This record gives sequence, structure tokens and C-alpha cells, in this order.
Amino acid sequence: MKREISSAKRKKQIVSILLFIVLALGSFVFLFPFFWMISTSLKTDSEVWSYPIKWIPSKLIWKNYIEIFNILPFWRYFFNTFFITFCRITGQVISCSIVAYTFARLKFPGRNVLFILMLSTMMIPGVVTLIPSFVFFSKLNWVNTWLPLIVPMMFATPFNTFLLRQFYMALPKELDEAAKLDGCSIWGIFIRILLPLTKPAIAAIVVFEFMAGWNDFMGPLLYLVDDKLYTVSLALSFFQGKNHTDWQLLMAASTVASIPLLALFAIAQKYIIGGITMTGIKG
Amino acid sequence: MKKKSSISKKPMSPLAKKEAIQGYIGLLPWLIGFLCFTAVPLIAAFCLSFTYWDILTPIRWAGLNNFKEIFQDGKILSSLWNTFRYTAIAVPLTTALGLLIALMMNQKARGILIFRVIYYLPAVLPATAVALLWIWILNPEFGIINTFLSYIGITGPAWLNDPHWAMSGVIMRACWGVGGGMILFLAALQNVPQSYYDAAKIDGGSAWQCFKKVTLPMISPTIFYFVITGTIASLQEFTLFKVMTDGGPVESTTTFVLYLYNVAFGRYNIGYASALSWIIFFISLVLTWIMFKSSTWVYYEEEGK
Repeated sequence: MKREISSAKRKKQIVSILLFIVLALGSFVFLFPFFWMISTSLKTDSEVWSYPIKWIPSKLIWKNYIEIFNILPFWRYFFNTFFITFCRITGQVISCSIVAYTFARLKFPGRNVLFILMLSTMMIPGVVTLIPSFVFFSKLNWVNTWLPLIVPMMFATPFNTFLLRQFYMALPKELDEAAKLDGCSIWGIFIRILLPLTKPAIAAIVVFEFMAGWNDFMGPLLYLVDDKLYTVSLALSFFQGKNHTDWQLLMAASTVASIPLLALFAIAQKYIIGGITMTGIKG
Repeated sequence: MKKKSSISKKPMSPLAKKEAIQGYIGLLPWLIGFLCFTAVPLIAAFCLSFTYWDILTPIRWAGLNNFKEIFQDGKILSSLWNTFRYTAIAVPLTTALGLLIALMMNQKARGILIFRVIYYLPAVLPATAVALLWIWILNPEFGIINTFLSYIGITGPAWLNDPHWAMSGVIMRACWGVGGGMILFLAALQNVPQSYYDAAKIDGGSAWQCFKKVTLPMISPTIFYFVITGTIASLQEFTLFKVMTDGGPVESTTTFVLYLYNVAFGRYNIGYASALSWIIFFISLVLTWIMFKSSTWVYYEEEGK
């Protein structure tokens, strides 16, 4: 009997060691591109094109990082992207919270139909509305401004609203009722009682929108003409066109562009993973 | 519970009416956006597809000509084929890989939390930066993939410069970002109650049986969600192709959306591009419908909470 247990234990140990080895090998595959990006960004031009490949630069050329800030007004692009992203986040948090609370707590005819309508719009490919939206914004003379990137995000979008609505549904109804007895209005309950309780869901939305704002490429590509208005993503893609061979600079620029998202990930890891769990995709 | 339902059948009390009005006001932050940026553009896209228009000159009625042109446009089939190739390989591959990695991550092992971060990290990086990085990784002479291949005596292809291999290069980059799917599957796996596994073990189930009979059905809604959203996103993938290949070489990676983009914003052929956009709409609709119809493998636990 005793021997059987120990053999089962040993089997478990072997499995966990094997697992560790497989995961470690996989980590190599997943991390190596990062290493390659940073290694390239610190090379001299001649070392970039040396054959056979030099994995580690013989001398670290930190100057590359200064040079990209000289070639491109990166600080401006950072500011532009932060500003657009900040507006997006604020708009989404406020509008989605209001709509989510309404769907979760208020009773009115047609509520379920409208909720399903909202969810089904998630399935519409963005490409279909792309062209009319472009026409619409160009008729408003909004092309070459940030408005087409910001204004639509001032209105509640389905995914974030759904996530928040699930969160409101999980809050106990007793909270509302107690507040109602104390003379709180419908919107008083929302602002004073429930909104503060949805902080974890709001944090998840802040993180998602930050990533979406930082990653948006098609929007800036379509609407921004003047290079003073460029976002980091857009500037990076044009930088490639201008500097076909200076890979050390391109990789330095890519590294710099990645820093805000990596920092966000380090700070908000639990909200990212929490947010994904929260949607509780159960059909 | 019964009380509430009997109330709703009666004509609305003044209080309920007040709440209903507040309800519609509360929906405005969505309704206005829905009308301006979804409903009206949808109708406009429909109307525009019957016109000739380049935004600058006056709009002209085209009747069904744009739709007729679709059948004569040889680029549509080739671009649809590229979109299909990408979707049909990238979606199953990232789903299977994501699930496999999530299953490993769900075990108790040394340093598992660090592994989770490492595998998820590529999914966090900005899409354009990653696209640039992969152009460099796939460089035929100085990129790391071909260098590693040369270590084992294989001369790697020219990847993004070779029409036969460019798509594979883009798909490889898509697989590197598999961490997004992994996190989603991991969250689902951790929601499976341990008691189910214990029960299966008592009944003498092997690890494989446990996976097939307990794990898979329990996380099937998540897999289903991931496949549907992944398919719709892959059909529309733009950044990856625009930055990595811009459709080349010899249009071997010109996907449908890239073609549509060129028609609309390269040639300013707004009417024809609108007509084209309905093709992708129709395809997404049909694919989603087929997936829902064939979703008998998805297991929904009865809501008993």
C-alpha cells in the first residue's frame, strides 16, 4: 500500500518536472523575440548586418535611443497618444457605467430587446461602417483632427457595457432597497452606492481601453494627415517606410513604444486577468 | 418573485412610469452612439453601394453596377482566398495552442506564475511594434528564424519576400500572440469545480477521460466564444497585413479588407468599396450562423446558482 502511494507520488513529480521543462522551452520561444528586439536596438549599424549573427552587441550603443528622439518628435507622439487614450477611457467609463446600471437595475418596457440589440451589434464587422463613418467625419471637416478617434468613444460600446452590466447584476439588490428607504433617488443610488462598488470592473475597462487606444492603427491612419497629430503606432509604421535599413533604430523605437503597455501590464496585471474572468463568458 | 410578475401585467403605476422614463434617459449614452456610429452608417453603407462617388465630385446613381462589377473583379476572389487562408489556419492554430498552453498553466508547478506572465507578454505589446519586430525576425539573411534553421542545416525561405511563404510568416506572428487566448482559457479552466474532477477520479477516470468528459464540456462555451470572435477578427485583420507586408509580395497577402481599404482610400471609389463591405458582412454573418447551428458540442451548465 505504502509503496503504491510513493510510486504515485513519484509519477506526479516526474510529470511536474516534465511540465517545467516544456514550459521553460516554450518560454524561450516566447521571450527570444523580445531579447532580439532589445539586442538589435543596442547594436551599431555594421553589427546589425554582420554575418554570422552577433547575439549580444559587442558594445551597447545607448545612443540609438537618443537618436530616435532626434529623428522623430517621439515626445509629441507620446503626448498625443496619451491624450487620445485618456479621452477614450474617460468617455467609456462614464457612458458605459450609466448604460450598464440602467440595463441592470431599471425596469422599462423593451429593456431585454434593446439589450440583445446592443449585444448583437458586437457581431457587425467594423469594416461595414468604416466607409460611411469616414464620409460622415469628412463632411463634418473632422479629418485631420482627433475628433473621429475620440467622439465615438464618448458613447457606450457594447463590450465594456456588457462587462459592467454583469458586474452590476452581481451586486446585491438589498443595497438599492436600503438606499431607497433612506430617500435616495434612482441616480443617487447609482452614484453614491453602486458606482463605487464597481471599481474592479472599471479598472478592467481602463486597462482594456488603454491597450485599445495605444494599439489603434486604422483610425489614426485614416484620419490623421498632419504628422504633428500622429499617434505612436502610426508614427512607428511610417518610420519603417523612411528607414528601411536602420533596424537598430526601428527596434529602439519599437522598444520605446512598448514601454507604456509593459508598464501598464506590470501595474494592472490582476485587473487584466480579472476583467477577462469577469465577463464570465458563459454563452 | 411571483408578486413582481403580477405587477408588470397591470397598467403602469406613476412610479413605474417615472422609472421607465429614467431608464430611457439612462440608455441615451448608448442609443445616440448606436444611431450615429452604427445604425445610420449601416444604412448609408447600403445606399452608397448603389452609387458612384469619390467624395469630392457630386454623387451619381449607379444602380446595380457596383454589384455587377463584383462578379467581374478578379481581385475579389484572390483577396477572399487570402483572407480565408489566414482565418482557416490562424484561428484553429491559436485556439489549439492557447488551449494546450492553458492546460499546462493550470497545473501546479514551480514558477507557474512567472510562466503565465512570459506567455502572455507578447499579447500586450503594441501591434505595430510587434509587426516591425517580426519583419526583422523573418529577415531572410539576418533574421533569427532562418539563423536557427541554418543551425539544423535548413536554408529557410525568404518569408515575407516570397509569395509562397509570406502568409506563413504573418501566421507565425499571430501565433506568438497566443497568450490572449491562453488567459481566456485559463480563466475558464479555473472556474471548473474541483469536485467534478474528484468525482471523475473516484469513478476511475484516466487523465484523458477527465479532460474529454469534464474539462472540455465545461470550458466549451469559452472555446466557442473564442472561435467566433477570433473568426470575425481574423476576417478583418488589418494592422498585421498593412504593416508587415502591405499585401505583397505579388498580392500574395492582400486580404479582402486590405483590398477594400485600397479601393476606398487609395482610389476613393466609395460606392464600389461600400458594395464590397457587404461581402465581408455577409460572410461573417453566414459563418457565425453556421457556427451557432453546429454548436451542439457546446455544453451549457444549467444556471443553478
